[in-house]
Amino acid sequence: MKKLSARRRHPLAAVVVLLLALAATGGLYATLAPASQAKADDTAQSLAIDEGKKLYSVGCATCHGTGGQGSSDGPSLVGVGAAAVDFQVGTGRMPAQQPGAQIPRKKVIYTQAQIDQLAAYIASLGAGPSIPTKAEYGPDGADIAKGGELFRTNCAQCHNFTGKGGALTHGKFAPSLEGVAPKHIYEAMQTGPQNMPSFPDTTLTEQNKKDIIAYLNAVNGGNTESPGGLELGGLGPVSEGLFAWIFGLGALIAVAVWVAARTAKAKKS
Amino acid sequence: MSTNENTAPRRGKAPAGERVADWADGRLGIYSLAKTNMRKIFPDHWSFMLGEVCMYSFIILILTGVYLTLFFHPSMNEVEYHGSYIPLQGQMMSEAFNSTLHISFDVRGGLLIRQIHHWAALIFLAGMFVHMMRVFFTGAFRKPREVNWIFGFLLFVLGMFTGFTGYSLPDDLLSGTGVRFMEGAILSVPIVGTYLSFFLFGGEFPGGDFVARFYSVHILLLPGIMLGLMVGHLILVFYHKHTQFAGPGKTNNNVVGMPLLPVYMAKAGGFFFLVFGVITAIAAIASINPIWSMGPYRPDQVSTGAQPDWYMGFSEGLIRAMPGWEINLWGHTLVLGVFIPLVIFPLVLVAIAVYPFIESWVTGDKREHHILDRPRNAPTRTAFGAAWISWYFVLMIAGGNDLWATHFHLSINAITWFVRVAFFVVPVLTFIATKRICLGLQRRDKDKVLHGRESGIIKRLPHGEFIEVHEPLSQEALHTLTAHEQYKPVEIGPTVDENGVERKVKGSEKLRAKLSEAYYGDESQIPKPTVEEYKEITSGHGHH
Repeated sequence: MKKLSARRRHPLAAVVVLLLALAATGGLYATLAPASQAKADDTAQSLAIDEGKKLYSVGCATCHGTGGQGSSDGPSLVGVGAAAVDFQVGTGRMPAQQPGAQIPRKKVIYTQAQIDQLAAYIASLGAGPSIPTKAEYGPDGADIAKGGELFRTNCAQCHNFTGKGGALTHGKFAPSLEGVAPKHIYEAMQTGPQNMPSFPDTTLTEQNKKDIIAYLNAVNGGNTESPGGLELGGLGPVSEGLFAWIFGLGALIAVAVWVAARTAKAKKS
Repeated sequence: MSTNENTAPRRGKAPAGERVADWADGRLGIYSLAKTNMRKIFPDHWSFMLGEVCMYSFIILILTGVYLTLFFHPSMNEVEYHGSYIPLQGQMMSEAFNSTLHISFDVRGGLLIRQIHHWAALIFLAGMFVHMMRVFFTGAFRKPREVNWIFGFLLFVLGMFTGFTGYSLPDDLLSGTGVRFMEGAILSVPIVGTYLSFFLFGGEFPGGDFVARFYSVHILLLPGIMLGLMVGHLILVFYHKHTQFAGPGKTNNNVVGMPLLPVYMAKAGGFFFLVFGVITAIAAIASINPIWSMGPYRPDQVSTGAQPDWYMGFSEGLIRAMPGWEINLWGHTLVLGVFIPLVIFPLVLVAIAVYPFIESWVTGDKREHHILDRPRNAPTRTAFGAAWISWYFVLMIAGGNDLWATHFHLSINAITWFVRVAFFVVPVLTFIATKRICLGLQRRDKDKVLHGRESGIIKRLPHGEFIEVHEPLSQEALHTLTAHEQYKPVEIGPTVDENGVERKVKGSEKLRAKLSEAYYGDESQIPKPTVEEYKEITSGHGHH
């Protein structure tokens, strides 16, 4: 100890201490940090981002700008998150065919792998909601009735009681939710695409969203039964009234014409 | 039945049927009643059966309605749902909604009966609408049937409100929105609106009373009045005898047709079952008012596409098309955007109801009319009716503006603006167009009478000219086409008498003369061919 304390005023002492400290922190970091895992993911991630950027430059940059900063033709994509990309591209809305009141759903032109790459690139521009997992939107542990109540409170005023869709101002519309994948419904609630308000987890919790999806699946899914017969679009009294006039009264008038045409013959006695 | 007894003098008792009939006649006088009414003659035309469609749907409504009352609980007490419909399990709802779900899912035949009841209601109202238009366009409302026209009109209006109170009973989210709509309209009435609303709902909307109150109105008050009116309507039809279209042998003083018994009894009885069958088939095929997918009513929830049943659609349209004007004065708000539609609402209905009285005032005709007009021969009336229907239809478009927007990919704002303009313009255009069409048809009739029917045979004359051979019409057809009467416009007459004294002409008299000129002037009817014209054309030089 004497030797050490004697040299503590050596001109190189500070350098030695610094080196020791650096080595210690470096060593500790090397042992404690999950280095190898992070390294491998990083490569795949950056690869996806690179590929996504290429796809982006071809398909999206015209309107959204070369760096996703947006232009007069399209909004900025910084911070919209992977979920927004997965929804817009995954439902075929993006790339848009033409500008208009609202970009409609159409044929999807990218593969899911390409969509994921695009999503990775957009996510790298700024933090935003990520693509939900099956555990988040799946039917397990969902309360259908609660979902119905939430749907009527938050969604029905635009999308109708069971998600048949409805009109908004100036040619905009709330689309029908029939046949929309649960993942996309979740992402739409999360990100609020186009004219829809967003319902982040602070407004509608993960469980709430799961309930709503389960409700929609129950009342507007592939296996939904209509106990009363033909649904007539599920649009309420307008289509019912039309049906009553055309088929109800129409049939009755046809019957009346038929009855009136068959009259008794006067008998000659 | 044995016929022997009629020939041989009867020994012993008369047959049981005869004895029962004798017993009843001694107490009720059925023989003389039957004698006068059993051979009552009714003319044959399919459009005369539209009223029957209404009557039968009304009977179906009463029958199915009775069944529904056995299971419906008109109460707004809150209960938790534990029935068979999974997506509503554990939800809080009123007993009314709960029992309607029970009827739909757990009562045997309940859903079918519910659907028959609701479809029959839509068809009842549609039938009354068409029946009313038949009466309107053929002029069947003229003396002596004005009172019956009013009875029919009242039935239509009461039917609207019976329907409204009926579809509000399940207390579902859609109908609750409709009741809220009505409450808003009542609130918009200046000064008394709030009081009326609190009186109707027993406090702040929705309160706990309205289902029970609507229930009494729906199952007792309104149907009771309607039943009375309907009986009165039928008694008057019997008393006045049925109208008929012009034709050979048909005059203003007779009715040509078949007797009530047995022909019409069989026909009408059979027709009842046909109507019941058609409505039941529709109820079995198509869903109506699926309250389970709408959910229970809560004032904080609403859905898009919230429309009333069709017969209330024009009131929805009035509200949707009206700009949201309001005036704020001294801390009070006058909601013109709702109040003006509330005022126009009855006016739309009254416009058609008062027409018969306006027409009889203009014509000054006090005679009875039992021969129906062909619509073309009363161009102004027909044009007015068509204009009214177009007006009504424009409002229906406004009532469903959101569905027009989504289904035809239009802007809802554009539709609303179209309706605002069309509300004023379309009836005028329809009036002009219909009148022109009627005059065209009158000309065509005149041409047919004078020159015969186009036979499609082309004949070449010796000098090379081609002509189409016209076949003269039969006497019957000629009569039918010329049987109608044409009014002459009313004239005010000289305003100065022979002594040079000026006579005072009242404003109403001048108006009447003007209207009469518009109805029956040269511009408004084609003079029907006279016998001289016909003789001149048909005598000698045959062709053309």
